[in-house]
Amino acid sequence: MTPLVAISGLSVSFDGAAALHGVDLSLAPGEALGLVGESGSGKSVTWLAALGLLPPHAAVSGSVRLEGAEILGAPASTLDRLRGGRVAMIFQDPASSLNPVLTIGKQIGEALALHRGLDGRARMAEAKRLLDLVGMPDSARRLSAYPHELSGGQNQRAMIAMALAGRPDLLIADEPTTALDVTIQAQILELLASLRKETGMALVLISHDLGVVAETCDRVAVMYAGRIVEEAPALALFEAPRHPYAEGLIGALPLLDGPRRRLTAIPGTVPDPREAPPGCAFAPRCPKAASACAGAVPALTEVGPARRAACFFPLRSTPSRAERKVTA
Amino acid sequence: MLRFLAVRFGRALLTVALVVTFAFVVLRLSGDPATLILGPEVPPEAIRAFRESWGLDEPLWRQYFSYFGAIASGDLGNSMRDGRPALELVADRIPATLALTVPALLLKIGIGIPAGVYAAMHRGGPIDRTVMLVAVAGFTVPSFVLGLVLVMVFSVQLGWLPSGGRDTWLHAVLPIVTMGVGGAAILARFTRSAMIEVLGQPYIRTASAKGVPWGAVIRGHALPNAAIPTVTIVGFMVGSLIAGAVVVESVFSWPGVGRLLVVAVSNRDLAVVQTILLLVAATMVTANLIVDLLYGALDPRMRRGAGQGAH
Repeated sequence: MTPLVAISGLSVSFDGAAALHGVDLSLAPGEALGLVGESGSGKSVTWLAALGLLPPHAAVSGSVRLEGAEILGAPASTLDRLRGGRVAMIFQDPASSLNPVLTIGKQIGEALALHRGLDGRARMAEAKRLLDLVGMPDSARRLSAYPHELSGGQNQRAMIAMALAGRPDLLIADEPTTALDVTIQAQILELLASLRKETGMALVLISHDLGVVAETCDRVAVMYAGRIVEEAPALALFEAPRHPYAEGLIGALPLLDGPRRRLTAIPGTVPDPREAPPGCAFAPRCPKAASACAGAVPALTEVGPARRAACFFPLRSTPSRAERKVTA
Repeated sequence: MLRFLAVRFGRALLTVALVVTFAFVVLRLSGDPATLILGPEVPPEAIRAFRESWGLDEPLWRQYFSYFGAIASGDLGNSMRDGRPALELVADRIPATLALTVPALLLKIGIGIPAGVYAAMHRGGPIDRTVMLVAVAGFTVPSFVLGLVLVMVFSVQLGWLPSGGRDTWLHAVLPIVTMGVGGAAILARFTRSAMIEVLGQPYIRTASAKGVPWGAVIRGHALPNAAIPTVTIVGFMVGSLIAGAVVVESVFSWPGVGRLLVVAVSNRDLAVVQTILLLVAATMVTANLIVDLLYGALDPRMRRGAGQGAH
């Protein structure tokens, strides 16, 4: 089966500082992929680069194929048709991601005009239907509301309605719940999951919150310092991470059931892209680092069925870990 | 809305009253119109008679109240030099001034805003740097210097345009350009920074992410937001349509309100100076009022007043 999206060797640098080092990632139609990692690990940059949404001073190379067709460096008109059409994206802070001087109806309507050719009354009727679909209360009145008149959760629902306007094959949700209250977070995640079921679209969920990803996604890719360090089915990853960084992330999560234990933190911070170590970028923080790690960058290699990890000394699964259940 | 208007209008009136009061006090403390207008050699009886006839021998507070009473009934007093009503004298000069300031304003807007938008869209590039270099030069050079340089080049050296007076439309070219260049530079810088600020906002990326072509992102999403700070500066420029040409009118001997003001101040022609200042304050305040109303039209967050939005 042709993947919906195939990213290979995607590299990005900003004024000489590399932010992505050759990312390879593919996504099947209808699949839900989680992309996790700390701030600055390149999760968002990967997808902004793929859609040509980075500022012009970003140097992007590699290949991004949408159902086999190269879209990296495609002409602006091609990208405009694709963005919001086949691939839609929603962002972290819904209040500032919506234009403050345009009504919600106008902003959703713009997408409907661009990708569905709707106008006049049909456009507004469809905008209202989309608001109903995303569970916006009092949708008819919300069409003429401005973003500052809505709550954060309502704004994110409006963003999602706008993203659905072009009937996308893929929705990229970049930290969609980070700026929201915990209860609203859960509602938005549920909404995304149910919309995926109804529409059959694929979902990329970018988050620094493993719990959020675990609930929603089939497969997870863990990023660190501009590289994918581990890729695995969601459950398998939480049961037995193979990369020490993924293990560190999971160790920092509290358990809802099971014994109380001290949460572990990963010592140190993500390296500055300008001062990245020559070998494995995680080596300075890694409890299992050996001399080999400082010498070369480990490649992302097969470590099990449908699993890849970029580590010279991948972890073995341990029984205690397998019993663990991760919950948000 | 009506309450908002009433409050703003009340404040506007208060501002005008303060300006008029200030002008009244400063003018009367800064010199005696009688000696200035009649000359130093006149006998003291003539000066006394002059003062009596203009009411200048009365205590200051009484002069002040009778002046305000007169204003309220529409009488702005007469010129001490030729006895004509001050308002008539000033009104005669307004068309000449507007003949310079209105085209200059159009020039400022027509050059400044597109230059600022263009520079912001090509931030850091050679076009941006050129525009900003010209803009910095444009507003650091005082208008009298620029005016004199233009006269030297286009009147003295090339002989293309007249250096002063108001006989043909050609006479207006240099003063208009002198005023327009500085204002366009200021407007270009403001527009550029407003636009750069807006282009960095997440909603611009959202618009691109939903497939809006870049030109439409600029027109439909960036410009309406960047217009909000820019309107403030344009409003200020509209407010100075009457009095913004004092220096340039003097440099180019243009018989407008600005030159009348200079002459009236040096003669202590009280009624004329006060009338001009009243007019200036009124235009400025009116322009501010219009800007306030425009904010409401441009920015839905301002419509219900502060503190009622979600943020």
